[in-house]
Amino acid sequence: MSRSYLPHWMHWLGSPPNFYRFAGVLRPWLMAVALIGAVVGLYGGLVLAPPDYQQGDAYRIIFIHVPSAWMSLFIYATMAVAGLVALVWRVKLAEVIAMECAPIGAAFTLVTLVTGSLWGKPMWGTWWTWDARLTSELVLLFLYLGVIGLYNAFEDHRRGARAASLLALVGIVNLPIVHYSVQWWNTLHQGTTVNFLDPARSSIAPSMLWPLLVMALATHLYFFASLLGRARTGLLSLESGKQWVRALVGGQPTQTTGAPT
Amino acid sequence: MASTAQSILGGASVVTTAERAGSFAACRALLRRDFVLAWRRRGELFLPLLYAVIVAALFPFALGPDPELLARIAGGVLLVIVVLAMLPALESMFRADLDDGTLEQWLLAPQPLALLALTRVIAHWLMTVLPLIVVMPLLGALLNLPVKVLPVLIVALLLATPLLALLGSVLSALAAGARRSGILLALMLLPLAVPVVIFAAGAVAAAQSGMPFIAPLMWLAAALILAIVLAPLACAAALRIAVET
Repeated sequence: MSRSYLPHWMHWLGSPPNFYRFAGVLRPWLMAVALIGAVVGLYGGLVLAPPDYQQGDAYRIIFIHVPSAWMSLFIYATMAVAGLVALVWRVKLAEVIAMECAPIGAAFTLVTLVTGSLWGKPMWGTWWTWDARLTSELVLLFLYLGVIGLYNAFEDHRRGARAASLLALVGIVNLPIVHYSVQWWNTLHQGTTVNFLDPARSSIAPSMLWPLLVMALATHLYFFASLLGRARTGLLSLESGKQWVRALVGGQPTQTTGAPT
Repeated sequence: MASTAQSILGGASVVTTAERAGSFAACRALLRRDFVLAWRRRGELFLPLLYAVIVAALFPFALGPDPELLARIAGGVLLVIVVLAMLPALESMFRADLDDGTLEQWLLAPQPLALLALTRVIAHWLMTVLPLIVVMPLLGALLNLPVKVLPVLIVALLLATPLLALLGSVLSALAAGARRSGILLALMLLPLAVPVVIFAAGAVAAAQSGMPFIAPLMWLAAALILAIVLAPLACAAALRIAVET
């Protein structure tokens, strides 16, 4: 036995068949809690929370916009960490996780941009402005698209995953720019109103804060559920020549062994 | 051409000579090889120039020859033209070497791969981008760029284009192993080019309106220094992914 720096369950979970079953068990629960959270959060945000004294009811888009924006950054960080693990230790599961993060992250980034644009029209009087926060979020979308494009440009998906992981790591310089853009530049986008490290400095009313946090929790859980589901199919296609996949899909090992490995 | 590559860098005996002489000699050999290869196909060196001149000449037709309007947009237009003119050449930065096996010799060479990659970026910049900067006064005159802005534009380009070439080398190495990479490279370069263009254009715009323009140039210089240190390492990692099968 070689000396291991990782606990045993991590090795167990890193094996594709084990992860496939584990994700299959966990996914419905995550999805169910995410749905309940979304219903509760949206009810709290759209019905219970009072209208804003300045923006009226239009502000309610933050219950979609802000959690999506948080997710766009969180998923990129997840993708970069998984990409680092994939590059350094060449863990097949980490490659799949990193690559399956990208489409979900791109979707959340797109939702952020679209909802922000919908809100910007009545509030700022314009759909789009070349403001630091908006521009850096758009750049984030292009980073996601670049990762997806590079991954799909390779015949060999494992090489593609490693190349795209490296691109994700290079692009991580954009994350602090998005996050601090409202502090570094004097932007049209409003500043930070939720402060997790120092709740006393948050400038958002508690009646608006709790639905926002519930929505944030729901989007996180949805992301994990979606990621597990995507990783399951990703593993299936990557391992389609392997014994455990054949046992899973047909039971009978087929004669033709032309499946890519 | 392949034989030139072989004789200078490919053969085992040459590697031992380079080993004895050290990294500096290897970089010099690589630079010489790149210059020789480029000189044999010197017609291609003019393509980015031709592209830049054509695009610059199209703007007055599209926007009308109003000198004041042209003077206002010239700086930004020229920056974008340079970035776009760099793109096609970026794609081929490592492709030929990957196809004929030179990259594998890079990996086997005793010199650090990152150093060889940096040398390649320098050669690439000297051959494809420097001519663009040299003809900047001509392009500036075409677009009625104010004369006092021209030096700032050239300094901004001298800082921004090596930075873009370094960033582009990482992406080019990443895309080299892919099946198709034309539009992909543009898609990947865009997010990384945005801050560079913002700062370079910021310096030009500040100079145009008579404001201090040193700060954005300093930002570019700082980013360039950071990229000189980090980009070759990332490029080396990307080349290893491109070469492995």
